[in-house]
Amino acid sequence: MKIAIIKYNAGNTQSVAFALDRIKVEYDITDNPEVITRADKVIFPGVGEASSTMNFLKERKLDKLIPSLKQPVLGICLGMQLMCEYSEENATQCLGIFPFSVKKFNATHVHKVPHTGWNSLTQCSGWLGSQFDNTFVYFVHSYYVPLNGYTVARTEYIAPFCAALEKDNFFAVQFHPEKSGETGERVFRKFLEL
Amino acid sequence: MLAKRIIPCLDVKNGRTVKGINFESLKDAGDPVELGFLYSQQGADELVYLDISASQEGRSTFTELVKKVAAKISIPFTVGGGVSTVEDVEKLLNAGADKVTVNTAAIENPNLINTLAAHFGSQCIVVAIDAKFESGKWAVYSHGGRKKTPLNLITWAKEVETRGAGEILFTSMNHDGTKDGFAVQALRELSDAVTIPVIASGGAGSMKHFKEAFELGTADAALAASVFHFGQISLHDLKIYLRKNDIAVRN
Repeated sequence: MKIAIIKYNAGNTQSVAFALDRIKVEYDITDNPEVITRADKVIFPGVGEASSTMNFLKERKLDKLIPSLKQPVLGICLGMQLMCEYSEENATQCLGIFPFSVKKFNATHVHKVPHTGWNSLTQCSGWLGSQFDNTFVYFVHSYYVPLNGYTVARTEYIAPFCAALEKDNFFAVQFHPEKSGETGERVFRKFLEL
Repeated sequence: MLAKRIIPCLDVKNGRTVKGINFESLKDAGDPVELGFLYSQQGADELVYLDISASQEGRSTFTELVKKVAAKISIPFTVGGGVSTVEDVEKLLNAGADKVTVNTAAIENPNLINTLAAHFGSQCIVVAIDAKFESGKWAVYSHGGRKKTPLNLITWAKEVETRGAGEILFTSMNHDGTKDGFAVQALRELSDAVTIPVIASGGAGSMKHFKEAFELGTADAALAASVFHFGQISLHDLKIYLRKNDIAVRN
């Protein structure tokens, strides 16, 4: 199986690569459209700011390539947010794979933002499956995707939000499986089995 | 529900953990990777590695260590110690660290926080604040607690938040090393003053102290070193204790 990790300015690319090393899976970190298109599975990592990251993707024409992919694609954190239509983070037009807007959490002294730390998944379905109900995964983000028809896992912070998505061959998680211990490894395996 | 985080802190000098750590289950307790891995297996939610090397050579050893930690350990970790430039942060993040702490450099040049947040995102910029309660005020200290600054804990905390810090690591110098408990009241004031997460540090001596930091201090995370290194508190038992006391922790 050929796995491509999309190479761009995402902050967690190396961590995703290390996580795949730990489960003994081989991969290419690449921005070569041919290699990405031919891969069996594609991982789209993401840590950083939405608008500058979208500009980076546009410069490399990855903004056209990613939505056209036919194999299973997994977006992580900012990767998931960029797969949506629009983000409130610096009013950014995103890739438009998932038809939603990404919103900012309202910080309070009780609910700090960024939402940082381990939080649990509930109502897991679709590609994740109910085995992930009540498992803890690691989050760090200030923007979120509201619950929607493609939600396959939810997490509660201030209000319930969308922790994982599935639409056709596109899959995404708001949390960081590469930083979520054994649970995170199971999430990667689940995706790689699709 | 978002879990309260327990964070063991490892001091590293020239690539080795310091403080007399004694672990029978470890072949080499001086190896920061092995010790961090053990903590991650025992239920630590995050790790902090602080570089206390004074030499340039020690610092490059530390960057190599960060790479090894990132390869081996599957939970988030923060690194710090002497970080003062964008290049320092870039090097550590590229090596695989999730977050970086800045302290003295941010006090000397507060704009550094804005620059780092713009470059790398607030989520990976932790500002560490060392403060001491004296003459009725919480005074901020720099240079590893050696130099008093004119800054006040709460005003400085608010400023670092405004400048883009993603988290505050507050160490009470009065409590650090005492094992008498965290600075609960100051933690509470700090937590009420900002809307970014606060990590409590300094004073952990018993499991009850962690409970107090979370319940009374409303800290989002609690950091400790020697109680874990010397096996006085096991992470496993601590999680069970906190859960029994209705504090949300990761299972």
